[in-house]
Amino acid sequence: MISIRGVTVDFGAVKAVDDVSLEIPRNEVRGLLGPNGAGKTTLVKVIATLLRPNAGTAVVGGHDIAADPNAVRSMIGLAGQYAAVDDLLTGRENLEIVGALYQLPKAEAKRRADEALERLSLTDAADRLVRTYSGGMRRRLDLGASLVGRPEVLILDEPTTGLDPRTRLDLWAFLRDLVSEGATVLLTTQYLEEADELADQITVIDHGRIIADGTADELKGRVGGDLVTATPKRRADLDRVRDLLATIGTGTVRVDETELHVSVPVDQRVEALVKAAQAIDQAGIELLDLGVQRPSLDDVFLAITGHAAEELTPNGDKPRKRRARR
Amino acid sequence: MTAVTKNQHTPLPGLLNDVIAMTRRNLLRLCRTPQVIVFATIQPVIFVLLFNFVFGGSIDFAEGVNYIDFLVPGILVQTSLFAAGNTAIGLTDDLQKGAIDRFRSLPMHHSAVLIGRTNADALRAALTMTIITVVGFLVGFRTDHYGGLILGVLLAIALAYAFNWVFATFALYVKDPEAAQAGAFLPVFPLVFAASTFAPVQNMPGWLQPFANNQPVTVTVDAIRALTQGMPPGRDAVMSLGYSVAILVVFIPLASRKFRKG
Ligand SMILES: Nc1ncnc2c1ncn2[C@@H]1O[C@H](COP(=O)(O)OP(=O)(O)OP(=O)(O)O)[C@@H](O)[C@H]1O
Ligand SMILES: [Mg+2]
Repeated sequence: MISIRGVTVDFGAVKAVDDVSLEIPRNEVRGLLGPNGAGKTTLVKVIATLLRPNAGTAVVGGHDIAADPNAVRSMIGLAGQYAAVDDLLTGRENLEIVGALYQLPKAEAKRRADEALERLSLTDAADRLVRTYSGGMRRRLDLGASLVGRPEVLILDEPTTGLDPRTRLDLWAFLRDLVSEGATVLLTTQYLEEADELADQITVIDHGRIIADGTADELKGRVGGDLVTATPKRRADLDRVRDLLATIGTGTVRVDETELHVSVPVDQRVEALVKAAQAIDQAGIELLDLGVQRPSLDDVFLAITGHAAEELTPNGDKPRKRRARR
Repeated sequence: MTAVTKNQHTPLPGLLNDVIAMTRRNLLRLCRTPQVIVFATIQPVIFVLLFNFVFGGSIDFAEGVNYIDFLVPGILVQTSLFAAGNTAIGLTDDLQKGAIDRFRSLPMHHSAVLIGRTNADALRAALTMTIITVVGFLVGFRTDHYGGLILGVLLAIALAYAFNWVFATFALYVKDPEAAQAGAFLPVFPLVFAASTFAPVQNMPGWLQPFANNQPVTVTVDAIRALTQGMPPGRDAVMSLGYSVAILVVFIPLASRKFRKG
């Protein structure tokens, strides 16, 4: 449904997207996962015909983005990273205008606006000015606008950023509904569990390049098992904890210096946890926390890139470590 | 929501449909911020009152012409240019808030975004001009040539529309609302004040007169004066229309190209 070949986008010295190729079959949900500045939005803009790539081609539903952008536009629904809704209009007016711009007859535009408002639980607020909406309501309205054209392909750039946990769950359920009705979805996210939850296939990008590709399970397999994580009370104990865990684990020990987490992949989760507890206790090291968990996609990121997800600063400063999520 | 449902179509031709939708959107937005219209109207009204009462007795005129009859055409044209700044502000605002990205992702005629914007702003200028004319009448403006007045206002609206496109182009380049607001008025002041808007050009320094006599604001103001005084507007009206058309011929493609390229 979406086929991208060798797409590259330069912004001056910055290669925001660097030779990216992707195939997304019909009715698949593809998660595009990457930290700030990875190039997610830039790639989305290329696919949505908002930005011409410096090199490469993209074909959506059989239509080339450069040769026939309008055919592409009539297949896609885009909800960008920042809700593109009109503060000075009501929710309903926002959607009706989008309907009118799809060249729908008035009655049909009205009907679809109602339908989208209903589906996104905005019916009660439909006739209020969007200025009075909460952030979550604006996001939902923006998503509603992307549905008015009944797109076969939905492109969602960080659809749940800024939503509270409940609203996020609602939105996930809603997206699953759309997919069960046949939509193909490309969604970007920094929430690792979101890609895990929604996506059939996950593409991890960093610094504009694809660094990994696969199902959530395949990606987790690359970490090499469950993880025992210990958090010493004192920074001075970090090295000793690392040495102790190295004797217990089956893979390389990873140390998060900012959060004071030390973790190592293990085979037998319970046995390893007990061993770790005993060893650390005998060494007289005080711990804040000790636990065993299934690897998160954060761990996957770390395993693939050898560093935590980091923000690429536009002026080439030292990358800033992103706070680990757990 | 079945993904494969074919979209139905309006009976209207595509571009016209989209232009109507975009114009309607922008007018709706205007109605939601009446305070903006009020302030945009108060300013020229204050100019009418101020210039009339301050300079009313002190500027030399052709015999038999009251200053207010001289002033109202000037203020009408001044409004054309000042109002065009709103196009820049509105468009940069849409760019920043992501509205333009939304439109660009729709299978619509993208030229309708700019046409709808300039249309709505021209309609808004027309409203302001009507109010100014009414206020003018209240403080002593007189004409026996209502047809001429209407033609004159139409010339001013045409110029407003042309300048809307100039500022739309400007906005697409600067992209930032504050810069647009500040920058938009730079070319407006010399055009409005080095002109016959408030005072006759022959009182200006000699080096300025060739510019002042032939620039779009002066020829339009003079054409409206002639039309409201029942005199043939001749060269001035032709030049005014010529300016409007020439500006549109240059700036519509410029703005459209910039819009396409982003
Ligand atoms: N218009 C632009 N001009 C210059 N550089 C840009 C522009 N847009 C993006 N970039 C740069 O391109 C890179 C990728 O940006 P992009 O917005 O695609 O990242 P992202 O993955 O969407 O990040 P985030 O998670 O923060 O939204 C960044 O380094 C960014 O600074
Ligand atoms: Mg982004």
